[in-house]
Amino acid sequence: MTQPQFTDFYTILPYLILTVWACLLLLVDLFIPKNRKSITALLSAVGLTGALGYSITQIGLSSAGFNRMVSLDGFSTFANILLLMSGLFGVALAYGYTKRMGIERGEFYILLLFSVSGMMLMAQASDLIVVFLALELLSIPLYVLSAIARKLDSEESGLKYFLLGAFASGFVVYGTALIFGATGSTNLADIFAKAASGETSNLLLTIGAALLLVGFGFKVAAVPFHMWTPDVYQGAPTAVTAFMAAGAKIAGFAALFRVFSTAFPALAADFTDILWALSALTMIVGNLIAISQTNIKRMLAYSAIAHAGYILMAFVPYGNADVAPVAIAAGLFYLAAYAVTNFGSWGVVIALEQAEGRGLEIADYAGLAKKHPALAAAMTVFMLSLIGFPPTIGLVGKFYLFRSAIAGGFTGLALIGVVTSLISAFYYLRVVVNMYMKEGDPVVEREPLLGFTTAVMAIVTVALSFVPQFLFLLAGTAVLR
Amino acid sequence: MVPVDYYIALSAILFVIGSLGVLSRRNPLIIFMSIELMLNAANLAFVAFARMYDSFSGQIFVFFVIAVAAAEVAVGLALIVEIFKTRKNINVDEMNSLKG
Repeated sequence: MTQPQFTDFYTILPYLILTVWACLLLLVDLFIPKNRKSITALLSAVGLTGALGYSITQIGLSSAGFNRMVSLDGFSTFANILLLMSGLFGVALAYGYTKRMGIERGEFYILLLFSVSGMMLMAQASDLIVVFLALELLSIPLYVLSAIARKLDSEESGLKYFLLGAFASGFVVYGTALIFGATGSTNLADIFAKAASGETSNLLLTIGAALLLVGFGFKVAAVPFHMWTPDVYQGAPTAVTAFMAAGAKIAGFAALFRVFSTAFPALAADFTDILWALSALTMIVGNLIAISQTNIKRMLAYSAIAHAGYILMAFVPYGNADVAPVAIAAGLFYLAAYAVTNFGSWGVVIALEQAEGRGLEIADYAGLAKKHPALAAAMTVFMLSLIGFPPTIGLVGKFYLFRSAIAGGFTGLALIGVVTSLISAFYYLRVVVNMYMKEGDPVVEREPLLGFTTAVMAIVTVALSFVPQFLFLLAGTAVLR
Repeated sequence: MVPVDYYIALSAILFVIGSLGVLSRRNPLIIFMSIELMLNAANLAFVAFARMYDSFSGQIFVFFVIAVAAAEVAVGLALIVEIFKTRKNINVDEMNSLKG
């Protein structure tokens, strides 16, 4: 054990910037009058931008801090940049939405900042204690944010998320306890060393890792731990849903990737089959149930579940040392692609949403192309990207995922992925058909910031599909170990 | 001295009781108590293992778990109180305004 050095703080500086800024903002917010809360939004965006700026300077750095409890590497920097951008887009989508829905409160943005900081810590955690603390730091603000509208739907979604989230963290804690019991350590690298030395109780270690997988499965909404997702996504304020769908998924997968590929490669023989089944189930169930949805928020929730399955698919061969780096790069690439598409599609949903939850049925999108051709075109781009249709980033992302699964020798799983993608075209295209081929009179909110964000997402979705190498190279530097 | 195995067996039993409670009870307060039972089962396992290994880190984890559980209680009870104010009832079976 050594005392923390000054250099230790550099490894988590973006996280520190954000946390300190959020704490200061809690105080500053007291002096901002109730009708001027957009100042808080602006200030939180400044904090996120500052942390993002510092994160970008950390590209290429790698070190460990605080007795190897946190690590700074390509993986964490990639995830941090992605998470901070998600926070910024979350603020951008919430800016007009909260005003319009009468839920504009200063604490909204501050809770969002705390949640982003938890997600960043999760991506950097290399000790199970930090994983647990980060998990709670990201989750608790999200529970509050889900319930912040103080209407029945919102409160109900908040309570459901809370109960199931706390249940999941119970599994994480107990899993950590068993792993500690098997190896005498909670540090990921030490767990790996102990497990490789062969003097540990393999049974305890395997059960512990399985319980951790259950906990992470809840966070990333993998079947059969997905039950909360549709209700929470539907009931929470849409801007919160957009942020949570991207942020919590990135953080959950970041922790899953790091914990399993750093600490448990030795258990791959057991876990490959489990991950295979989880991934196949998630893709099939998510896509099949999405077909019968009439509410766009629920449909996108099931689509989020299905996409967790696609990302898991790439990670199935994680024990194969040749494929693992490619698998993680493909997973990160797809998380970035999914985040962009996700914020765009939720942006369109926000533009059409009216008070009291009106404007959220897929039928409400009828006639959008005639009235607002640009918005309809953007939504079409996002739907195509979610299917994985050219020329969008979704296609490139899926291509990398399938390639990683096939390289690991899981052609059958890749086949399930292709078939379920084809099935998913049915419900995504139904939105497009509604917009272009049916008559209707949708009411659309015109907010400059929302329109701008959605437009940027649409352009990025298409443009990145022509130059994906840049992003993939960056993801490729994010190899663990 | 009581062997470590006994503590671990007890903690496993508590954990199973807690998770069954979450799945079978219908009152969010009781569900929440069951979750606390799961966390405390983990705490017991941590302390027992920490004694076995003669290491502090397991005991420190317990302090973190207790602190986080307290934070969760604050948020969870606030949510339950809010829902009770809105609908005068907190039975989770009747929380079905969201479905599809």
